[in-house]
Amino acid sequence: MGRFILARLATAIPTLLIVAITVFVLMRMVPGDPASLMLGDLAEPEQVAAMKHRMGLDEPIVVQFGVWLGNVLTGDFGHSITTGQAVLPLIIDKFRISATIVLIAVFFAVLIAVPAGMVAAWRQDRWPDYTVIAASTLFLSIPSFWLGLMFLLIFGLKLGWLPIVGYVPFSENFGDALLAILMPVGTLILHESGPLTRMARASTIEVARLDYITHARAKGLSEPAVIWRHAFKNAFAPTWTMIGLILGSLLANIAVIETVFTIPGLGRLLVDGIYARDYPVVQGCMLYIAFVYVAVNLLVDLVYPLLDPRVTA
Amino acid sequence: MIATAFNLPRLRVNRVLGGTIVALLIAVAVFGPYLAPYDPLALDLKARLQGPSTAHWLGADEFGRDVLSRLLYGARTSAWIAFATVAFSITLGLAIGIAAGYFRGWTDRLLMMVNDALLAFPGLLLALGFMAVFGASRWGIIVALGIAYTPVVVRVVRGTVMSIRESEYVEASQVMGNPEATTMIRHVLPNCAAPVLVLATTMFGWIVLSESALSFLGLGVPPPAPSWGNMLATGRPYIGQAPFLVIFPGLCISVTLLGVNMFGDALRDWLDPRMAA
Repeated sequence: MGRFILARLATAIPTLLIVAITVFVLMRMVPGDPASLMLGDLAEPEQVAAMKHRMGLDEPIVVQFGVWLGNVLTGDFGHSITTGQAVLPLIIDKFRISATIVLIAVFFAVLIAVPAGMVAAWRQDRWPDYTVIAASTLFLSIPSFWLGLMFLLIFGLKLGWLPIVGYVPFSENFGDALLAILMPVGTLILHESGPLTRMARASTIEVARLDYITHARAKGLSEPAVIWRHAFKNAFAPTWTMIGLILGSLLANIAVIETVFTIPGLGRLLVDGIYARDYPVVQGCMLYIAFVYVAVNLLVDLVYPLLDPRVTA
Repeated sequence: MIATAFNLPRLRVNRVLGGTIVALLIAVAVFGPYLAPYDPLALDLKARLQGPSTAHWLGADEFGRDVLSRLLYGARTSAWIAFATVAFSITLGLAIGIAAGYFRGWTDRLLMMVNDALLAFPGLLLALGFMAVFGASRWGIIVALGIAYTPVVVRVVRGTVMSIRESEYVEASQVMGNPEATTMIRHVLPNCAAPVLVLATTMFGWIVLSESALSFLGLGVPPPAPSWGNMLATGRPYIGQAPFLVIFPGLCISVTLLGVNMFGDALRDWLDPRMAA
C-alpha cells in the first residue's frame, strides 16, 4: 500500500513539471512582450528595456523559466497587470466560490446518477433502462450554458422564483447565498449526471455478469441485496474515477456557467484575464486549475484501492 | 474511458434519428446559404428584436438581422470548424499514437509522458490558453481545440496499435522484410480505422460543444459572423425582451449534439460488434 502511494505520487511530478512548462511556453507565445504590455503603448523604448531588465526578460529563456518556477513553488504567482493585486490570493478567493458550486453540484449529481444507473442496469433492456438512457443522452446533449439560460428564463424571468443576477457570499447571508447558487448548481447537477449515470450503469452491468453475482443469486439473496451488497462496491470504482475527472474539468468548464449567472468565480477570472491580456492572471489560473485537476485525480487514485483492492497488486 | 461502449442497448432509434439529424446537419451546412431568406449580416433596424413573424420566421436580433438566416450560416460555421478540428486532431493523433504504439521503448515512454501531462489539462482549459495566444479567430479555434483534443486520440490509437502489433499479419509483414514504414501504413493504419471513426464522431460532438462554449465566452468565432455560440452570447442581454434569441441557437446546438451522440452510439454498435452483449 505504502509503495503504491509513493509510486503514484512520483508519477505526478513529471506531469506537473510538463504542465508548468506548457503554461510557461504558452504565455511566452502571447503576442507582445510582457514589459510593453505592462507599460502601455506610450512607453519609451528605454523604459521598456529597463522594465525588461527588472522583470528578468533579458535573461536566457531557461533561466527565466527557473526563476519563474522557483517563484511559483514558493507561492508567488506574480501580480495582476490590470489591478496590481497578487495573483495567488486572488485565485484562491475565486476558487472558493467555484469550488463550492462544483462540489455541491457533483455531490448531488452522484446521488442521482449512481442509483439511476444501477436501476437501469438491474432492469437492463426494459423500460426503466430506456428511460434512464434517454434522459442521460438528453442531458449529455444539452450544453450546460444553454440549460442555464433556459433556467434563467423560466425560473428567474417568467416565474420570478429565483434571483437572476448577483452572487451572495455564504458568509454574508446564508439564505440569499443558497438562493443565488440554486440555478447554477441545478444546471450542473442535470448536466453532469448524464455521463455519471452512463458510467454507473455500464460498470454495474459488467459486474453483474461475474460469477460471484450468480453465486449470490443462487444463494437465494433478493435482487436488491445482490445489487446493493455485492454489485455496488465493485461497480462504483470506475464511476469514482469519473467523478475525479468531472470535478477537475468542471473548474475550467464552469466559466460558461459563471458567465450565464454572473458569478465572480475562477472561470470568469481566467476569461476576463484573457480579454484584458492580463497574462500573470491567465498563467496563474491555468496553472492552478491544472494543478487542482492533477491533485484531485491523484487523490481519487489513492482512494481507489479502498474500493478495489486489486489495483495495488 | 473514452472508447468504452457503455454496454448501451442497440436501439434502432439511435440509427434512424441520429442518422437523420446528422444528414440534416450536413445538408444545412452545405446548402444553408442557398436556403437562407436573408443576408445574415444585413441590418434592418425597423425589425429590431421582433419576434417570429411571416417576414422573419424565427425573429430578428438586436440589429434586426434575420435569426433563421444566421442560424443556417451558423450551422456551416460550426460544422466546418468541427470537421476541420477533428481532421487536424485525428491526423496528428494517428501519427503520434502509431509511432508510440509501434516503436514502444523510449519513443513510447517519452511521447506518453508528454501526452499524459497534456491530458492533465481539462480540454477546455488548454483551448482557452491557446485562444489567449491566437486571439479569437476561426483558425485559432481549430488549432486550439485540435491540439487540446489530440492527447485523447493518441491514447486511443496507441492502445489499438499495441494490440494490432501483436497480430500475425504484422509479424508476417516484418518477417517478409518490409520496411517499418510500409508495415505501419499498409497494415497497422487501416486496422485503426474502426475505433478512430467512432472516436471522430464522438469528438465532432465535443468540438461543436467546445466551439459554441468558446464563442459564448467571446473567445471563439468573432462577430459579426454568426455562430450558434456567439448568437447565444449576443442574445443573452435581451433574454427578457426577446427570449427567442437565446432559445433557437441553443436548440440547434442541443439537437445537433443529440444527433451526433446517437449516431456515435449506432456507429459503435455497427463497427464494433464485439461490444454487443
